[in-house]
Amino acid sequence: MSDFAIGKESTEFKKGLQAGISIGIGYFPIALTFGLLAKTSGLSIYESVLMSLIVFAGASQYISLSLIAYGTGIVEIVLTTFIVNIRHFLMSTSLTEKCEDDHLGTKMLYSFGITDETFSVAATREGTVTSGFMFGVNLLAYSSWVIFTGIGHLIGASLPQTLQESMGVALYAMFIGLLVPSLKKSAKVIFLALLAAIFNTIFTFGGIMAQGWAIVISTILSAIIIELIDVIKARHWGVKHEK
Amino acid sequence: MGLVTYIPRMLPFVLFKGMELPPFIQGVLKNVPYATLGALIFPAILFLQKDDIWYGIAGAAAAFGAAFLGANVIIVVLGSITVLAIYSYFL
Repeated sequence: MSDFAIGKESTEFKKGLQAGISIGIGYFPIALTFGLLAKTSGLSIYESVLMSLIVFAGASQYISLSLIAYGTGIVEIVLTTFIVNIRHFLMSTSLTEKCEDDHLGTKMLYSFGITDETFSVAATREGTVTSGFMFGVNLLAYSSWVIFTGIGHLIGASLPQTLQESMGVALYAMFIGLLVPSLKKSAKVIFLALLAAIFNTIFTFGGIMAQGWAIVISTILSAIIIELIDVIKARHWGVKHEK
Repeated sequence: MGLVTYIPRMLPFVLFKGMELPPFIQGVLKNVPYATLGALIFPAILFLQKDDIWYGIAGAAAAFGAAFLGANVIIVVLGSITVLAIYSYFL
């Protein structure tokens, strides 16, 4: 029995690693550039790699570099990081419904690795997500992030510009690749993504709020509005449309 | 920085442990991934290259096409990188 359970865990872990490959590819140019920029901002290789090891959050690490360069105080850097990453609260909350029941300690451990990308991979997976899968995805993403930060700092040069630019599409392509299969199956998914995109466009171009908040508010608004419409429709016709 | 990044990621697992949320909230949370993906992709994809929004649109179109035809996510990623490499080589 326990052998069986361990066997299952390790396949799930492998599946997670596999699913993490596109994230690994996507992080490669971003981490490399981060390492390079950290070097030009005056951070040592240890500081840069340590930041990637401890923080593991692309956008806020980039922002922190420019804040460090401006000579901004530590409190403001920490506060900005918090605001930029508040969206992960929403993502983790969504995952609590999706992940298999496990020890709280296990969940607290893998929750460290929840980023936009690992969340997207896990959340769009069919059925329940196992802890083994989460560890697999996170480990691959994390390794890519940390290792390429170090390499970026070490070689101190970025990729050839054409390659650097074209690789920048990787994470967006991955998001699209994760979204489209669900999009094909359900009209609700189309409306959810479309409405959130519209809200985010308004917030971004309107310059009303910080980027971290724009994504959170757009997501919440879209998720609630579409769910309300669903509930009202179900009340009206007395049928609950699943999916 | 590490702490304020970790806390939002970890806290929901502690707060909502073993808690049965109302069906409406559960429904909203199930919607979150798809709404998030919409917001993560757009409008950021347009700014992929500062002075050419068609660059991002071409990458998105390539990814969408490949994914729509049922390609594996890794193929979608590598495919759109290739398309954009060709795009910037010729244009």
